[in-house]
Amino acid sequence: METDKTDRVLATLSMLIFSAALGMVFFYAPQEATMGNIQRIFYFHLASAWVGFFGFFITFLASVTYLASRKRSWDILAHASTEVGLIFITMTVLSGSLWAKPVWGTYWTWEPRLTISAVQWFLYVAYVMLRNLTPNQEQEARFAAVYGVAAFATVPLSWFAIRWWRTIHPQILSGGSMALTPRMQQTLLASLIAFTFVYAALLYERVKLAHEQEKFIALQMEETR
Amino acid sequence: MIEIQNLVKSFGYRKALAGVDLQVEAGELVWLVGPNGAGKTTLLRILATLSRPTSGKVRVAGFDPTRDGIQIRRQIGFLSHRTLLYDDLTAEQNLDFYARLYEVPNRQKRIAELLRQYNLTIRKDDWVRTFSRGMQQRLAIARALLPKPRLLLLDEPYNGLDPLAADTLDDEIAALIANGCTVLLTTHNLEGRNAMEKRTLILNQGHLIYDNTTTTNSPLAQLYRQVLKKSLTKDTDPL
Amino acid sequence: MSYLRQIWAIVKKDITAELHTRETTSAMFVFAALSMLIFSFALDLQGRAAKAVAPGALWTTIVFAGTLGLNRAMAREQQTGSIEGLLLAPIDRTAIFFGKALGNLILMLAVEVILLPLGSALFNVAFLKPSVTFPIVLGTIGYATIGTLIAAIAINTRAREVMLPLLLIPLAIPLLIAAVQATGNLVQGATLHTVNGWIQLLIIYDLLSIAIALLTFQYVAEE
Repeated sequence: METDKTDRVLATLSMLIFSAALGMVFFYAPQEATMGNIQRIFYFHLASAWVGFFGFFITFLASVTYLASRKRSWDILAHASTEVGLIFITMTVLSGSLWAKPVWGTYWTWEPRLTISAVQWFLYVAYVMLRNLTPNQEQEARFAAVYGVAAFATVPLSWFAIRWWRTIHPQILSGGSMALTPRMQQTLLASLIAFTFVYAALLYERVKLAHEQEKFIALQMEETR
Repeated sequence: MIEIQNLVKSFGYRKALAGVDLQVEAGELVWLVGPNGAGKTTLLRILATLSRPTSGKVRVAGFDPTRDGIQIRRQIGFLSHRTLLYDDLTAEQNLDFYARLYEVPNRQKRIAELLRQYNLTIRKDDWVRTFSRGMQQRLAIARALLPKPRLLLLDEPYNGLDPLAADTLDDEIAALIANGCTVLLTTHNLEGRNAMEKRTLILNQGHLIYDNTTTTNSPLAQLYRQVLKKSLTKDTDPL
Repeated sequence: MSYLRQIWAIVKKDITAELHTRETTSAMFVFAALSMLIFSFALDLQGRAAKAVAPGALWTTIVFAGTLGLNRAMAREQQTGSIEGLLLAPIDRTAIFFGKALGNLILMLAVEVILLPLGSALFNVAFLKPSVTFPIVLGTIGYATIGTLIAAIAINTRAREVMLPLLLIPLAIPLLIAAVQATGNLVQGATLHTVNGWIQLLIIYDLLSIAIALLTFQYVAEE
């Protein structure tokens, strides 16, 4: 069986870029003044938050295209993007929590960024549960697509609502924002790119796997006729 | 009335209909028979615009169900496995509701007429919840006939009907055919139904394997078994 | 038949059926009342603290009572397969949606008619001020709209009743935040002008839900 070049390329690239970004995070970026080394988690946190949102966006696009075309490959893409995205949004919530403890003294607080990550996490999980609990495969694709569209549409509104809510009641906790020196900005950019590549690599693998599964099952069905 | 070319319907990996070709003229009586899972209900649902074809061409009364669904629905009556009746409304309220949706002319008159025809007048103000299965079936048929449809699709209409009720249904169908209505029904019940000239289609695993006119019924039951056995042994000899 | 008449026929049918049995509304009423009582006991706050908590208690109750109503309404339709009866009729698919959503909205508003006075009494807040009822109604409209769409999906899954809140509540976050904030501020004496931002968010959410439902309901209903 010929190995598809693309996934090897993606995997190698992601590993390289990720290692580079990792190096930058720990050795290139300066230590932050107020928070110390713990601040380095911020690069992972923001990068995974970006991918979490981006994955959601891909699911949204794939869902819309699926409803318009009813082509199974779009459904597969939407599903895969959610599965991979869920990993990243979980990392976002966890890294946010890990950061919150030393900086604010609590594992959780309803500050805007953490809150929007949590909301997205719940939307992702709801999507995945919907997929798993719809018995009919054709319905599953349709329902998931509709939910994917609705869910993504509410995310911007959630963001606005949460921000207003939290600016009207100013947080006693400060130190949530920080000034970024050029070195930090570069590290951040590297992290964003690295995580995006990892997402792409995982997504590609997942989509490929799903297509192989389809072919296998179709073959099986032919056999039993 | 019905024109189908290479109709395919897939549910995920499974092909419920695997390329069906069919032409039905107005005024025909068609029996669609086949084992469970053959695709009979799927075919009916596609004609009723409840389900979209995966591929292929479908025309009902000249209209494309994916584009002009409303035009088609105006002209058809559909009887399903389930009654499609509202338990918590009275018989009359059920008929009134549907009569409104179908814009039935002379609504009150038509409802009274149907209630009488199906011996439901005395129970018209009772909740459908209190009806027996047979009565619900009768009301369901009355509902399907409200707009005087040009095409009647019946999914296993003899199910749960006692022999007399089944005979009444047959008379009803005969009268509708005489009036130019096209009737397409699915059934498992091949033994002992009275003879009516009809076109018989046998569907198996999503393929139409037999299409002809038959009259009496004992031969039909036999014929059915024959044809199915043949198709299962992948015998490609045409009958 | 005009579009609006179609919607109205469906609403009338649902209300008539509900008036016959009163199953759904009685369940919703009792649940809502109990919920408010429990909040009142469990939080056991007096005076200003009670006032601060009241809007949250009210909206939590509306959300869960609303979910109850949505579930039951859809379940009833599914039992007899009568949603197919609607799908077979020569009416627009979206008319079916609006008919159902409007019916659900009326049920929720009916419950709120009891809920608001009860809440006012228990927590000593002015829920019945006209300005306060405005965001409450807007919020209910949004919840009923998106809720009807999601209920149509949820009822076809394996975990039926559980699926609806799981799917619906994360979607309703912006609505809930805006509704609670607006209600809370108004109850504390603010004017409609000050909560303008929240009201706008509510209206945008309502319009967005209607748009999403209009575009996607046919995909939920049809195979």
